[in-house]
Amino acid sequence: MSGLSVNDVTKKFGSFAAVDRVQLDVPQGTFVCLLGPSGCGKTTLLRMIAGLEVPTSGAIVLDGQDITQVPTHKRNLGMVFQSLALFPHLSVGDNIAYALRIRSASKAAQKARVDELLTMIHLDGFADRPVAKLSGGQRQRVAIARALALSPKLFLLDEPLSALDAKLREAMQVELRQLQQQLGITTIVVTHDQREAMTMADLVVVMGQGKIRQAAPPIDIYRQPADSFVADFIGSTNLLELRADSTGRATIFGQPVAGLSLPDELTRAPLSVRPEDVHVTAPGHGTIDGTVTFVRDLGGTIETFVQVGDKTIVAVATPRERPDVKAGQSVGVSLPAASCVVLRS
Amino acid sequence: MRRERPQSFADYTPLFFPGLMLVVFFVVPFSTMIAVSFFRRDPTGFYTRDFVFDNYARFLSTFFGGVLGFSLLLAIGVAICCVLIAFPFTYLLTQRPRRVQTLWLVGLLSVLSLSEVIIGFAWSTLLSRTAGITNLFVWLGLMEAPVALLPSVWAVLIGMVYQALPYTILVLYPALIRLDPTLLEAARTLGASPVRAFLNVVTPALRNTLVATVIMVFVFALGSYLLPQILGRPQHWTLSVLITDQAIYQSNMPFAAAMAVFLVLISLALVGLTLMIGRRENAT
Repeated sequence: MSGLSVNDVTKKFGSFAAVDRVQLDVPQGTFVCLLGPSGCGKTTLLRMIAGLEVPTSGAIVLDGQDITQVPTHKRNLGMVFQSLALFPHLSVGDNIAYALRIRSASKAAQKARVDELLTMIHLDGFADRPVAKLSGGQRQRVAIARALALSPKLFLLDEPLSALDAKLREAMQVELRQLQQQLGITTIVVTHDQREAMTMADLVVVMGQGKIRQAAPPIDIYRQPADSFVADFIGSTNLLELRADSTGRATIFGQPVAGLSLPDELTRAPLSVRPEDVHVTAPGHGTIDGTVTFVRDLGGTIETFVQVGDKTIVAVATPRERPDVKAGQSVGVSLPAASCVVLRS
Repeated sequence: MRRERPQSFADYTPLFFPGLMLVVFFVVPFSTMIAVSFFRRDPTGFYTRDFVFDNYARFLSTFFGGVLGFSLLLAIGVAICCVLIAFPFTYLLTQRPRRVQTLWLVGLLSVLSLSEVIIGFAWSTLLSRTAGITNLFVWLGLMEAPVALLPSVWAVLIGMVYQALPYTILVLYPALIRLDPTLLEAARTLGASPVRAFLNVVTPALRNTLVATVIMVFVFALGSYLLPQILGRPQHWTLSVLITDQAIYQSNMPFAAAMAVFLVLISLALVGLTLMIGRRENAT
């Protein structure tokens, strides 16, 4: 198979399994985001793919060749580190040319490739500048160019944008995605920022406690989260509990909900419904009734917090459909069955 | 962060204590030494106040010039040997688990508790014919008969490297432990083998530290005067030995002072030259 396969890989540090029996197939040219909270094993997985850590068991296969035991410097990959790890004693051009110099490319070939890469990252004429004189965004680009100098088979990035401010980060996400599509290179990015993953990825891999919780295209992850961990991690969501009443009907807060059923004879299961799918209506007209505790009007969106039982349900509306409610008011909350996702616990 | 310049007299008060210490323990003795170097020696007594250049003139002979040259070469040799051994060693040490590092560092610190005299006599035993390491080589079949490895310039060098090595490691350790490990990993992902990455990433990134360490060991080795006497022949005696000899046994304080001043000036010049070369390379 063309592409990268991670076959049943485990990495243990002492008795702690940082990565626990991970199975992942990445077709050639795919943009993958490894997403998860800190300590979920995503960086360890990336480092194993890079060869900077050796798996305790399992195999890593690139284009049909088992590279598990191949040392990093023979793997033909490009990697961008969280700290960027630009060589402080070298100029921008020498940083980018490092991989070419290691392979004893001619001076002319080095210069040509450096110029080509500098054009690609919009930093023409920066070759002779010291790295220390660059801004955060410029260093970022240089680190990317350096990693791509040899046109590697695999492009790995470990939280590459975390050092940038919010605005620049969003711009770089788009740029990185466009660059990846232009080059068609298999790319794996580690991030804890779900917006970043949604922006860039073809395939989002959500990890938790060393395991893959769900691997799917971004919109599927958002619309059909596999479990409450994924639902909670991707975007904000209302996590409610679906219960079976004495007659076997599915209920929320004791109210039967048409169109929903509990899977596999269970009596209770978590249920996720996105805030933008929740609508505030007049009392008695929704699925359940509750009391408004707070209204956060952000201009672009309006968030209404409704207390139902011991839970607070958040509804997000656009200004066009602005609900005319105040804190303390009784309202109905409508939860469309089509938007409710019953989760594995 | 931009610091404000001191505004009032009161802002300078924290400088008083270090300033005072510097005056009492450095400026006063050093000035005294410079003054004494111009005094005239009184063979019957100590010295008489005067302003003559005799002491400096006497120094400018082939004999003292040779001793000065030997002292500088020896110190440079010790500095280079120390850094060549300590740099890879300390680098490998920083790659070990914390506990291993602590054990090594405690061991190295304990070497510092040995006095120069003990180090000198320990090495003179180790390098001797009767009880030295050559006996071990004979036992292993590497040599025909045990030989004495001292007194010799190599014995002096070994003793001084042994003495200065712990300092070198302790100076290099903080810089190496703070070095971003991803620099090396980045080099490896770009196709450099670990040894190559060490040579063309770690070494240049720490060049200023290395230069500073060479200077420190150089100055340290320049002051050594016991080991050359224990491990070397009289022609391996350094200027420090001669200064001690003149000051204590010949009671020729002015001449000793003149030699000391000369030694300080030459070392300062060498240190300055090293820094200048370092800066020029940095600029390119």
